[in-house]
Amino acid sequence: MKPHSLISSFHPANEPDTLASHERAEIDASTRFPVLLFFGSAIFWLLVGSLLGLVSAWKMTHPAMLDQMAWTTFGRLRPAHLNTVIYGWASASGIGVGLWLMARLCRIPLIHSKLLISAAIFWNIGVLVGVLGILAGDSRSIEWLELPGYATPILFIAYACIGVWAIIMFRYRRPGHVYVSQWYLFAAFLWFPWLYATANILLIWEPIQGSAQGAVNWWFAHNVLGLWFTPIGLASAYYMIPKVIGRPIHSYYLSILGFWSLALFYSWNGMHHLIGGPFPAWMISASVVASVMMFIPVVTVAINHHMTMRGHFDALKWSPTLRFTVFGAMSYTLASLQGMTMAIPSLNTLTHFTDYTIGHAHLGLYAFFTMAMFGAMYYIVPRLTGREWASAAAIRWHFWLVATGILLMIGSLFLGGVLEGLAQYDPRVSFKTSLDYVTPFRWLRGISGFLLLAGHLVFTALFALMVLKLGRRKDGPTLFAVPTGGNPGASAV
Amino acid sequence: MNKLPLLFLGVFLTFASSWIGLVAYPYLALGHMQPLPDEETGGSFPPGNSGLAVAGQRVYAANGCLYCHSQQVRLEPLSTDIEKGLGPRQTVARDYLRAQPVFLGTMRTGPDLSNIGARQPDANWHHRHLYEPRTVTDWSIMPSFRFLYKMRKIQGQQSDDALKDLVGPHAPPPGWEVVPNEEAKALVAYLVSLKRNYPLPESPEPPAK
Repeated sequence: MKPHSLISSFHPANEPDTLASHERAEIDASTRFPVLLFFGSAIFWLLVGSLLGLVSAWKMTHPAMLDQMAWTTFGRLRPAHLNTVIYGWASASGIGVGLWLMARLCRIPLIHSKLLISAAIFWNIGVLVGVLGILAGDSRSIEWLELPGYATPILFIAYACIGVWAIIMFRYRRPGHVYVSQWYLFAAFLWFPWLYATANILLIWEPIQGSAQGAVNWWFAHNVLGLWFTPIGLASAYYMIPKVIGRPIHSYYLSILGFWSLALFYSWNGMHHLIGGPFPAWMISASVVASVMMFIPVVTVAINHHMTMRGHFDALKWSPTLRFTVFGAMSYTLASLQGMTMAIPSLNTLTHFTDYTIGHAHLGLYAFFTMAMFGAMYYIVPRLTGREWASAAAIRWHFWLVATGILLMIGSLFLGGVLEGLAQYDPRVSFKTSLDYVTPFRWLRGISGFLLLAGHLVFTALFALMVLKLGRRKDGPTLFAVPTGGNPGASAV
Repeated sequence: MNKLPLLFLGVFLTFASSWIGLVAYPYLALGHMQPLPDEETGGSFPPGNSGLAVAGQRVYAANGCLYCHSQQVRLEPLSTDIEKGLGPRQTVARDYLRAQPVFLGTMRTGPDLSNIGARQPDANWHHRHLYEPRTVTDWSIMPSFRFLYKMRKIQGQQSDDALKDLVGPHAPPPGWEVVPNEEAKALVAYLVSLKRNYPLPESPEPPAK
């Protein structure tokens, strides 16, 4: 293989040039129904998940609230929250974005899209049955795998159709360049079924014995974040940033380094959730080392994105897609650098069992992934519906509500978590004192939930208008402001 | 790198390495561990549990106790778990042989429960605590698990399993009693069984400070 083809294979600017606009429209049209179905159901679950999270959060300060019924107890609402947002919202929105990107980048229309529509319906039935099962008391309390054994096969069958479809698209792509986003998507669509099947077989269907369960549990749970959501989020950022500002990715070599180092190191991270636990020391050490090595993929991607954006930051003023995507990309850097420090044993022992970890999870899954998905949807949905977003002011409200909400949430969880951890580490300090330290921050976190829910309601309304064809007719994209400078990508959202 | 097989191979091998290291290895190394025979009594460590305590694990899982309570005493000197009295020694793989599922936990919103059966052996204490945590600890933020209990009129004599010493606003009115259902009984049997204080050669107790 010639090095020249390697380099040029990453060139995003090649993509729009090689595709006539009517071909692009044809590809978009072929993805319309399945992708909109995934988006719509994802947004529904986002609302349900926000509500479940909000009630769970307020229970931390008001333990007597809704304590009469089994299904509203904290220990059921919390996993119901996690599973609705992981499988209902994040996975479904990621699948929608992933399928659309794959079709666009492989330059072929989606064939037999009815199969994907039925897969989307099955996926949502699986989530619904599973979450109701958790509320009914059928959870095994294995974190991230709470969906009962009778719900997961439905999800798995649905996923099989989706994953196979993505891989087939990649296999039959039009000859030419393979862009970095395609690598990430290809890998994610292969990794997820392997992860999900392994964890479900070894923990739910035929449980293995003893503490090995913990290792499999955290190998799975961390890799869902690292090898399913992260690649999809990065694939989206790698596509949206160059598209909106109209210039290619800064360095193709950095893209290669970032991808392969992520594949190698991230998959080994999981055991840092079990430092000090009942496992052979080398397993914990391997995960700590791999966690610290995450510095390489993270900084590589951060530099690559930053250098691409350099000189174009004013585009954040007018492009909703870019503003959400860049917020997500910057949060990815922060979340990963923070995650590295959290794996260092002496710091881990302070923060591990506290709200700090919950804050970290929301920094990764919300501030990074969810914001990146919002950004992608602002770009994709107008191309599927033939309408433009109804109101720039509403998009602005959406952005500021969720941005303030998530920053307040993770800020309060970090501060509260550190105080809680320091108090719990000191054997002379009573447990009550650690609780007194963290309680005011839990109030703040509870308030942040209202901001997020409000933001999600605004977004739901915007999306509903688009699907009902009540958005603006095409007379240019809905932007926050008039684009400044001679931006070649100004036609993008 | 436009070649599908090459990309597939890389994606496969990187992931397979972690699958072998973090899934296959612990399964082979820890998945067939046996309890340690106790020559003095003819029993074994960890000791087997009553059927009721085994059933209690399901109640523990269904109601998500794990989201606030860990079950692991971490090693010294990395943590202060032993000094804080969470247990006499570090918990090791053999301690979890009979657990299904294994509730290691990732949060300490409430205290660690590795040895709660040793700290609080009294079943009635656990029932009072689950029925209304604030009758036991007035600042507790644990939710009440009242839905596992029934308040009923005393028929003739008070039942044997009725909760004793319930005081304050949560006490039943005169002539009434609070009784646990089967799930509450199983859960308490499980909690009382949580004692990781038997000796294991691989985890010696550190000398008292």
